[in-house]
Amino acid sequence: MGERQREDGIIGRGNREGSDLFRQWFADLNRTAKEGSPAAYVFVMGSINEILRTFNLPVVFPEINSLQLAVRRVAHEYLNEAEDYGYSPDICAYVKADVAIQMRGGEHPMGLIPKPALAVLTNACNTYIKWGEIWERMYNIPIFTLDVPGTRAAGTQTWAGDPDFENDRRYVQAQLTELIGLCEKVTGIKFDIDRLREVMGYANEMSRGWKQVLEFNKTRPSLFNALTDATIYLGVANSFRGAPEGGRYFTNLVEEMAYKAAHGIGTMSEEKYRLFFVGVPCYPIFRRFNELFTEWGGTFVHSTYLWFASGGANLGFQYDLARPMESLAEGVLISVRNAMDSMFYQDRAILELIDSYHLDGVVYHPIKSCRTTSAGMADNRRSLMASRDIASLFIESDMMDRRVVSEAQMKNRIDAFFEGLASRRQQEAAAR
Amino acid sequence: MKVKIFEAWRDKPLDEVLYECRELLEDTSFPTVRRWRESGGKVVGHFQVYFPEEIVHAAGILPFKVCGAQIEAVQADSRFGSYLCSILKTSLELALSKRVELDMFVTHPICDAARNLGAVWGRNFPYSCQILYLPQNANSPAAVTYLRNEYARLQRAVEVIAGKPVKEDDLRRSLGIYNRNRALLRELYAIKRETPWLVSADEAYVLVAIGGLIPREEHNELLEAVLPQIAARPNKKQDKIRLVFEGGFCEQPPLDLIRAIARSCYVVDDDFMIGLRWILEDVPLDGDPLFNLAFAYLEKSSYSPVQHDLRKPKEKMLIERIKNSRAEAAIVSAAKMCEPGLEEQVAYLHALDKEGIPYFISEFEEKMTTFEHMEIQLETFVENILFS
Repeated sequence: MGERQREDGIIGRGNREGSDLFRQWFADLNRTAKEGSPAAYVFVMGSINEILRTFNLPVVFPEINSLQLAVRRVAHEYLNEAEDYGYSPDICAYVKADVAIQMRGGEHPMGLIPKPALAVLTNACNTYIKWGEIWERMYNIPIFTLDVPGTRAAGTQTWAGDPDFENDRRYVQAQLTELIGLCEKVTGIKFDIDRLREVMGYANEMSRGWKQVLEFNKTRPSLFNALTDATIYLGVANSFRGAPEGGRYFTNLVEEMAYKAAHGIGTMSEEKYRLFFVGVPCYPIFRRFNELFTEWGGTFVHSTYLWFASGGANLGFQYDLARPMESLAEGVLISVRNAMDSMFYQDRAILELIDSYHLDGVVYHPIKSCRTTSAGMADNRRSLMASRDIASLFIESDMMDRRVVSEAQMKNRIDAFFEGLASRRQQEAAAR
Repeated sequence: MKVKIFEAWRDKPLDEVLYECRELLEDTSFPTVRRWRESGGKVVGHFQVYFPEEIVHAAGILPFKVCGAQIEAVQADSRFGSYLCSILKTSLELALSKRVELDMFVTHPICDAARNLGAVWGRNFPYSCQILYLPQNANSPAAVTYLRNEYARLQRAVEVIAGKPVKEDDLRRSLGIYNRNRALLRELYAIKRETPWLVSADEAYVLVAIGGLIPREEHNELLEAVLPQIAARPNKKQDKIRLVFEGGFCEQPPLDLIRAIARSCYVVDDDFMIGLRWILEDVPLDGDPLFNLAFAYLEKSSYSPVQHDLRKPKEKMLIERIKNSRAEAAIVSAAKMCEPGLEEQVAYLHALDKEGIPYFISEFEEKMTTFEHMEIQLETFVENILFS
C-alpha cells in the first residue's frame, strides 16, 4: 500500500468507523425492539456495561436517544408531548424527550427503541434517579440505583488503602454483587466470572485508548475537534464499552492520531485559537454552534464533556482481571467520581491543562436543562479567572430545547469573544 | 455550651410566644446564630433536607439549618447560572453577606444543584465545605454500614472543628435530646391532624422551623411550654377543608403564603421542613450510636422526592399521608426551578387523579411577596369542594 493510500485509509477512519458502529448499534436496538427481547436502560456516567454485557443485555442510552432528536431537529415535537402530559418546561429536556419516546412506543428517527427489562442508574446525576422512577411507574420493571459516593470536598479524593476509600469501595462492590443477582433473575443467565473478565479486558483496551486519544490533542495543530469529532468517539465509548469492537475501535483511533501527529495533520487548515469547552454541546444547532467558532479559526481541543460523558473513562483506569469484582468496584468508584469532579470541581483540572494543551480560551456553556453540569459553572469560571489570566466566554442555551437557543445572540457574544482574543494577542505581541 | 440564645419567648402568653418565634424566623440577621458565636460557640451550617445534627450537637457545636431566606442574592447571583432555584442562591448569600458566619458547611447529594453548592461554597470560603454522601441506594443491605462509616467520617471532621473528640456517651446524650425533640414535633403534628383549629398551619410551621436556629435543648423547652397551651386553646372548629401540603421539603414557601393557605384550609399534614422530622421513631440509645442513627435514617424515616427508596414510591406515600390525616384534598406545590419537586408533581397528580382526590397545583418561590392571586384561586378550589 502506498503512503497516499495508507493516509486515505487512516485519516478520518475514526469518524467513518464510529458512525458505522453507531448505526449498527441503533440497528441492533431496532431488532431487539422488534423481537421484544430484553434490554437494559443505562446512562453514560456509570453505564456498568461491564456487568450488563456479561449477561448479553443490549444497552439503551436514553440520553443518546434524546440528543439524537435534537441533532435531527425534531426534539420540540417530543418535548411538547411530554409537557402536555404534565412535565414542567423547567426540568431536564432529555427526560421529557425520553418520556415522549416511551409514550410513542419507542418511535425514534433512528429506529425503534426497545422497552426496558431493567434500568441501572448511578447517582452521578440526580436526574438519573428521578428518570428511573418514571420507567418504574411506566413499566413496573426493576430499577437498580448504583450509588457511587463522590468527592466530599475539592482536592480530598481518597485512594485504595485509605479507610474512607475502602468504605466506599465495599459499598460499591456490594451493590455490584446485588446487580449481578438481579441480572441473573432478569435474564435467566447464570453469572460467569470469566465472561466478566473478558468484557473487562475489552473495557481496559477502550479506556487505555480513550486516555491516549485525549492526550494526543496536546499536539499543535490539534488532531481532532473535541466538540464534533470527539462526540462520535464518545458515542462508541458508551455504546460499545466492554465489546471487542469498542476496544478495537479505540486501538485504531490511537493509531490514527499517532499518524496524524507524526505527519502534522491537524483538524483545521489554519488553527488560530485553541479552546477548551465546558459543559454539554448545543445539540439543537450542533454543526452551526461549532462553525461559530471555527469561522474565526477557533477549535476545541478538549472538553469536560469528554470526561463526564464517558463516565470518567478518560482516566484510562485498568481493571485487574485477577480480582475482577474488587477491581471493578474500584474502577467504577474512581471513574464515576472523576466524572462528577469534572462537573463540580473542573476549575482545578482546567488550570492544569492550560499550558499542556496550549489553551487560548475557555468556553462555558451552561444549559437550562442540566443543573448538574451548569449550576456551579459561573463560580468555576470565577475561580479559574482568579487563578489565571485566560480569556473565557459564558453562553447560556440548552442541549435540547430550541426555545432557549438564540443563535443570533450567541453569534454576537462569540464574535466579541474572538475580537477580544485577537486584541489580547496583539497586545501580547506588542509587549514582547 | 450552656448559653441560652433565644429567651424572648419566656414568661409570655401563647400569642406573644408565637409572635416572638415568628419574629426570630423572619429575622434575616439570624440573631440566635450571632449570639451563639459571640459566646464563643462554633457553628456548622447544613443544607436541606436531612442532616444528622446529633453528631454536631454532641461536639458542642450549633447545627444551623441552611435553608435560604427572604433576601436578595446580591453577591451569590454571580456565582450561579440563570436556571436555578432560589434557595441555593440565598443560602450562599447568607454566608457571602456575613449574615451568618460558619465554621463548616455541609451539603448533601439531594439534587444536582445542591451537590454543586458544596463546591461553590468551598471556593468562596476557607473553612471546611463538604458533601455528606447520604446513600442513594436505600435498598442495598450494605447501605446502613456504609452510612454508619460515612457518619464516622463526618464526626472526625466535626471533631477537628470542635477541637475535641466526640465520645459515644456524648452522642447518646444528643440522641436522647433529639428523640425528645422528635416526640414533641410528633405531638405538634398530632394536634394539627386531630384538632387543626387549635393551631394554624403558619403557627405550627414557625414552631417547627425555629428548631433549625437554636439548640435542641432550647427548642424542647419551648415546645414543652407551648404545646399544652395550644391544646388548651378554646378555639372552635371552623368551616374549612382538611388538606395536605406537599412540596415544602427543601425550599420553603414564604410564611405569608402558608398563612394565606391557613385562612381557608386546615393543613392537617405537610412536608415543610421534613428534614427536622425525617426520623419517625426514637433512635435507640444502646449499642453503636452512629449505626443506630444510620439505621433510623434508612429504615425509620419519612419520604421526600430527593430520596429514592423502592419501598417508598412517593405518590403512594402521598396518598397514605392524605389518608392517614383524613385530608379531603391536597396542595401539590413545588419551588420554582426545583427539578425533583417538579418531576414528582407529575406522578403525584396522576396518582391523585386515580384516587379521585381533589388537588390544587402551584409553584412558589421563597421570595414571593404577593399571594392574592393564589389565595383567590385557592378559595375557589375550596368552595368547589365545600359546595360540591
